Amino acid sequence: MTIQTVSTQAVSQYSKYNAKVARSRATSEPIWVRWLLTFIVLLFLSIFLIVPLAAVFTEALRKGFDTYITALSDPDALSSIKLTLIAAAIAVPLNLVFGVAAAWAIAKFEFKGKSILITLIDLPFAVSPVIAGLIYVLIFGLQGWVGSSLIDHDVKVIFAIPGIVLATVFVTFPFVARELIPLMQAQGKDEEEAGLVLGASGWQILWRITLPNVKWGLLYGVILTNARAMGEFGAVSVVSGHIRGMTNTMPLHVEILYNEYNYAAAFAVASLLALLALVTLMLKSFVEWQVARNAASNESA
Amino acid sequence: MAKQKNILPGFNLSLGYTLLYLSLIVLIPLSAAFIKTTELSFNEFWTVITAPRVVASYKLTFGASLIGALINAVFGLLTAWVLVRYHFFGKKVIDALVDLPFALPTAVAGIALTAVYASNGWIGSWLEPLGIKVAFTPIGVIVALTFIGLPFVVRTVQPVLQDLEAETEEAAASLGANRWQTFTKIIFPAIWPALLTGFALAFARAIGEYGSVIFIAGNVPFVSEITPLIIITKLEQYEYAQATAVAVVMLVISFLLLFAINGLQWWFNRRASATH
Repeated sequence: MTIQTVSTQAVSQYSKYNAKVARSRATSEPIWVRWLLTFIVLLFLSIFLIVPLAAVFTEALRKGFDTYITALSDPDALSSIKLTLIAAAIAVPLNLVFGVAAAWAIAKFEFKGKSILITLIDLPFAVSPVIAGLIYVLIFGLQGWVGSSLIDHDVKVIFAIPGIVLATVFVTFPFVARELIPLMQAQGKDEEEAGLVLGASGWQILWRITLPNVKWGLLYGVILTNARAMGEFGAVSVVSGHIRGMTNTMPLHVEILYNEYNYAAAFAVASLLALLALVTLMLKSFVEWQVARNAASNESA
Repeated sequence: MAKQKNILPGFNLSLGYTLLYLSLIVLIPLSAAFIKTTELSFNEFWTVITAPRVVASYKLTFGASLIGALINAVFGLLTAWVLVRYHFFGKKVIDALVDLPFALPTAVAGIALTAVYASNGWIGSWLEPLGIKVAFTPIGVIVALTFIGLPFVVRTVQPVLQDLEAETEEAAASLGANRWQTFTKIIFPAIWPALLTGFALAFARAIGEYGSVIFIAGNVPFVSEITPLIIITKLEQYEYAQATAVAVVMLVISFLLLFAINGLQWWFNRRASATH
């Protein structure tokens, strides 16, 4: 079996090599066109992506490493980091559980209105972050639907941490569900049914069959959810009230420092978020690589 | 086909939880926006949403979003093409970096773009002698909206380009077509639904964008003030009903766009499965 796998791999590599040669003759562009197009693309991506990303780190370190460290160890900065972590730590698990439940219902069962449900799950992506914040102000704000009764019980949602968490949950709502639904639809339900016939309970099927099958898609969704949760600005800005050291997340803290012309400190906090973005991209590439590798090994098996 | 009985458990629980959570987090709060506007009479509503300053913000928001999405359609297609077809040093890193606008918090993007495109910035100082001002002008809004929409076209076109079979291009070449003819007659017809979807996604995302724009825009009323900022301004003045009226206009447009995009994708999938 080993020999066979190796030989099929060799054949496929050989045909890939052939395809590459064929492409370079009949179905590719002259070399100067290739160079020109590659140059244009690299220039475009530099202007819009690479230069701004580099600017974050140079601006952060412009006044030296000590200023950088001072800016990050400022109590207000630390409390904004803490609040960002809290918001993500609540929003990610909530939307993870929702994503699994929604994907289970949609992928494993047939029911009326399924495509409407899928569209409704996508709704938060279509809503401006500012409006996402606004709708919670309308409900929980002072003049809101339940705002006054909350005041009577001394519960604060808007201009407090619960509002920030709610807004974060809203803007990251679809990510996990969106990754899992197509994945679980493609995998069908044969394995789950086999598990059921062999006597597994529903939860056992979920834990031992379904979740292991979709673990990479799940991780992918969690990575996206987390990145957006930690970086959300517009929605959180509306509900936060910008109380320093109390209701400021990292992006909001960046805004305050920036508007006070404290650029070095603003970019110092921003550089942490940019690092987070880079880690997100690396994890994302790793998951994509794993998925491609699994697909390839499934094909050759 | 006989109806097959589904033996898997958990349907009621999972669907019930999905509907409950969806209602509590999304549907009920969104309906609050529509109910709040009923506090205004139709005339009041109309006056708010057609006030000159608000109309100027629609023009900027939709105009800049359209230009940004068009720039992304052209350069996104080019980027997808180069990433799929050509080989160069560092391609994998560049490919991963395309998703940066998804991963980078919008506020960070906003201050970074402002620093780069301000008149003393790395790129702004080159454009200044040419008489081009980017930061604190509507051009800055276009730059920010191009940035945040950048991955959409690349990521919708890339897989379609990858799946194109070399045989059809070889056939075209053997029948005497040159590369440009092959592109316009063979390749482009295959990828344009994906291109259109990516364009629509980038446009829809740009309309609602706030964080990356407000730093670079300058936010001058009638000139560089986007519609989401109008909503924020009205909120800060405690004009909740007015803020909500403008929000409802944006919501309706966003929903129409979402349905258009879903329709587009449905049609696109049907077309793809019909040709295979």
